[in-house]
Amino acid sequence: MAAENAIDPIHQFNIVPFFSDHVGTATFTNASLFMVIVVAAVSFLMIVGTSSQSLVPGRLQSAAEMAYEFVASTVRGSAGHEGMRFFPFVFSLFMFVLFSNLIGLVPYTFTVTSQIIVTFAFAALVIGVVIVYGLMRHGSHFLHLFVPSGVSPILMPFIVLIEVISFISRPISLSVRLFANMLAGHITLKVFGGFVTLMLGAGALTAVASILPLAAIVLLTAFELLVAVLQAYVFAILTCVYLNDAIHPGH
Amino acid sequence: MADDTHSGTQVPGEHGGGAFPPFDANNFAPQLVWLAITFGALYFLMSRIALPRVANILDNRQKKITGDLDAATAMRGQADAAGAAYEKTVADAKGRAQATAQQTRDKVAAESDAQRKALEAELNAKLEAAEQQIAATKTQAMSNVGSIAQEAAEAIIRQITGVTPDAAKIAAAVAAAKNG
Repeated sequence: MAAENAIDPIHQFNIVPFFSDHVGTATFTNASLFMVIVVAAVSFLMIVGTSSQSLVPGRLQSAAEMAYEFVASTVRGSAGHEGMRFFPFVFSLFMFVLFSNLIGLVPYTFTVTSQIIVTFAFAALVIGVVIVYGLMRHGSHFLHLFVPSGVSPILMPFIVLIEVISFISRPISLSVRLFANMLAGHITLKVFGGFVTLMLGAGALTAVASILPLAAIVLLTAFELLVAVLQAYVFAILTCVYLNDAIHPGH
Repeated sequence: MADDTHSGTQVPGEHGGGAFPPFDANNFAPQLVWLAITFGALYFLMSRIALPRVANILDNRQKKITGDLDAATAMRGQADAAGAAYEKTVADAKGRAQATAQQTRDKVAAESDAQRKALEAELNAKLEAAEQQIAATKTQAMSNVGSIAQEAAEAIIRQITGVTPDAAKIAAAVAAAKNG
């Protein structure tokens, strides 16, 4: 069954309960376990790493400070100074997604962000924050987001329709982008891994040729590392851009 | 039936009948619940502990750097002031030394001048005294000329005539000659 598992590229996305034999409403599953691991890893970096609070930082503290300054400059750059009130939110989001993606690259682990429900929950949370904050801050003026100024009245209904559709599609594109990238990358890695196993078992000549998919796995892993970091960054920066709409709706 | 498909003990290759795991709605609820728990915990830990701490570290470092730079600037100012004070001391000392030298030179010059003047005055006085003495001697000598001439006239007359002439007449004659 182990060999068959290696070939089945979908098996890695299965949700496996730990303490019961079926998946209930709040069952602790492998997905839950890796969410806890992600939070523990981020907390270790950000809390244990900075516990000495030294003036001249060590390795962990340096990494924690870099993460802080990177996200802070991203938030400040795309959502302005006022956007810094959402800094803890964007930071938590970025670190959660980044660590989920990176931990998921380790063999035999589970990738939290390869589940559409997780990425969609994040996207819905972002859009929910945008809508709630925008309405709280600007009231009905927030709806000007859908009514750009300087458009002729004839075109206005179409423009408003387009703006509404683009706003509604945001959580979908935000969630599907991350989910699809993770899913596709992991399936590709698994498929190439399956090639290696198959070719090793099929004969001497193919066993020698199995070095080719193995090399492809190495390259793909490097590529997936890039994708993991890049998608976390894209998720964070788009969150900032949407939050900027909530802060300054009259663009 | 659903339990059979999603229990996690499912046999690979058999899930064609079941949903693709990421799209299986049975898996949504536990993931959402645990995501809410874990992400909530992460947000709490980050916003309450980690981020204020990092902000504090960065702030402290910035303050330390600014403070050190300020201290360095202040110290440079002090060094500059000390240098200026040193320069001033040196210049003052030089000025004083020059003044002292000038004073000494003036004093020595004045002293030698005074000495020279005193010497000159003394010499002049001596010269004058000598001149006076010469004049006195000359006067005296001139006054003696009369009596010498009288005695000589008396002796000459006595030699020639053998008569002792009248002294008063000779004196009158000498005086007449002298005034001539």
